[in-house]
Amino acid sequence: MSVNINTSYKQLEQKSKITNLMLRWFLYFVLILFASYFIFPLYVMIVTSLKTMEEIRQGTLLTWPSQLNFESWGVAWGGRGYGAGDTFLRPYFWNSIKMVVPAVFFSTFIGAMSGYVLTKWRFKGDKWVFLFLLFGCFIPYQAILLPMARTLGVLGISNSIIGLVVVHSVYGIPFTTLFFRNYYVSIPNELVKAARIDGAGFFKIFFKILLPISAPIIVVTVIWQFTQIWNDFLFGSTFSFGEAAPIQVALNNMVLSSTSVKEYNVDMASAIIAGIPTLIVYVLAGKYFIRGLTSGAVKG
Amino acid sequence: MFNWLEKNLPKVVLAPAVGLISWFVYGFILWTCYISFTNSKILPKYELWGVGQYFKLWASRKWLIAVDNLLIFTALFLIICIILGIILAIFLDQKIRAEGVLRTIYLYPMALSFIVTGTAWKWILNPTLGIQKLFVDWGFENFTFDWLVNREMAIYTIVIAGVWQSAGFVMALFLAGLRSVEDEIVKAAKIDGANLFTVYWKILLPMMRPVFFTSFVILVHISIKSYDLIVALTQGGPGISTTMPALYMTQTAFHKSQVGLSAASAMMMFMAVAAVIIPYLYSELRRENVS
Repeated sequence: MSVNINTSYKQLEQKSKITNLMLRWFLYFVLILFASYFIFPLYVMIVTSLKTMEEIRQGTLLTWPSQLNFESWGVAWGGRGYGAGDTFLRPYFWNSIKMVVPAVFFSTFIGAMSGYVLTKWRFKGDKWVFLFLLFGCFIPYQAILLPMARTLGVLGISNSIIGLVVVHSVYGIPFTTLFFRNYYVSIPNELVKAARIDGAGFFKIFFKILLPISAPIIVVTVIWQFTQIWNDFLFGSTFSFGEAAPIQVALNNMVLSSTSVKEYNVDMASAIIAGIPTLIVYVLAGKYFIRGLTSGAVKG
Repeated sequence: MFNWLEKNLPKVVLAPAVGLISWFVYGFILWTCYISFTNSKILPKYELWGVGQYFKLWASRKWLIAVDNLLIFTALFLIICIILGIILAIFLDQKIRAEGVLRTIYLYPMALSFIVTGTAWKWILNPTLGIQKLFVDWGFENFTFDWLVNREMAIYTIVIAGVWQSAGFVMALFLAGLRSVEDEIVKAAKIDGANLFTVYWKILLPMMRPVFFTSFVILVHISIKSYDLIVALTQGGPGISTTMPALYMTQTAFHKSQVGLSAASAMMMFMAVAAVIIPYLYSELRRENVS
């Protein structure tokens, strides 16, 4: 009898092991299925960019190119070399760099200072000031497009990279302030108090005490701002055109321009070129990228 | 003077941020609001005209289509992103090998711009050479997939691309939420005989209420603002079948030169966002006060 119970128990254990194993397989199956859904467009983009138009017409989205053909990359980046109507991404790529670097710097700097004041030099009503700034994270930019266009016109910087730097710096402030404020709030005030007793002033405390321990949040903020500004299309397309356009606008114009034959391989190469800087940052510093995403969301 | 400066230095340092935001956010919104009550055409006029623009807006077929599309898009985008995000987060939470790699794959679309995404999807969904041809070549000879050029279905292509871009983000939020739950709670439930399904359905997911709330707010916010994706994928077409409020606003302002009308549409968008965001900020602030 007792032997019987033992064997049936073992059978049961065996059975649950098998269901467990099947469950694991199911888990991995679903996860990999979704992974292929997410990877699929990137794969298609890369493969298409390496084919000739002839191959594109004959094969399908998934077929691998018979030989790696980088010609469309060259055309996307540097054009075909004839005059009118030859649009390519190189100048706009540099426009975007010239726009992103100062805009990221200014917004990060102002955000760091504001976050510092709002947490370490608290005053009555500082919470309301924070809320006042925070609201700027959420406004639909359509509500400010018209007056912004006029303001840039009055200042004489519409359709220029400087104009876009101003726009991105200003509308980045709510986010950068949020990041720094939430980071500095977790740093003990005793550190600041002790320094104050030792006679350190406002700027000395910031540069000697807070800045040296701010590396993680600076990385988060810079990555966030870089991604946002590089990927922006609304401001770029509204406030600039022609030669001053950033890369996303140029990409869109290139893809939409209806030349006689649609060259999908060049389109895909262009899209990859426009996406590669943020993709590289994501792959190299994904941890910080995700932290920016979730802290920007959860706490704001 | 020097004393005053020293005493008020923190406020002086904070002043640029507050000043810039007051002017460029609040001041500009007020200006847009004012203009929406005027009869401005190409150039802004400052004579008040009443609520005529709002009547005109809600009588416009294109705006009604835009609002309809926004409702369809938001509903599907929200539901699919949240369900997909939760499934991926729960599955990834089972001590999966190569979790890091999978997570990276699910989230990378967030690093790309909607223009890049839209360009890629436009090519994939292209009826002649895209996914349709793939299936036809695989032997499904009658397979058609023409949503991109079909008035009735084009809006769903935007949902497909939008979900692809944002589902990983919801996954990241839920995964972070699940990881912040103490192991003891799960262990105790398991000792009481609860199976894994019950643990998630009855205990963990109800604890994720704030994460649901956050995802809801962020996703609604993304969908009200969606503009780039539509420009890249359909440009509002075929016809005007995929117009959305953000696209309506910029087209009315910069192509049709109806400044007053576009200001009215911008204010409608602003109010829709405010209706979602203000309760959210309020609850966040309260939570912070409690803790």
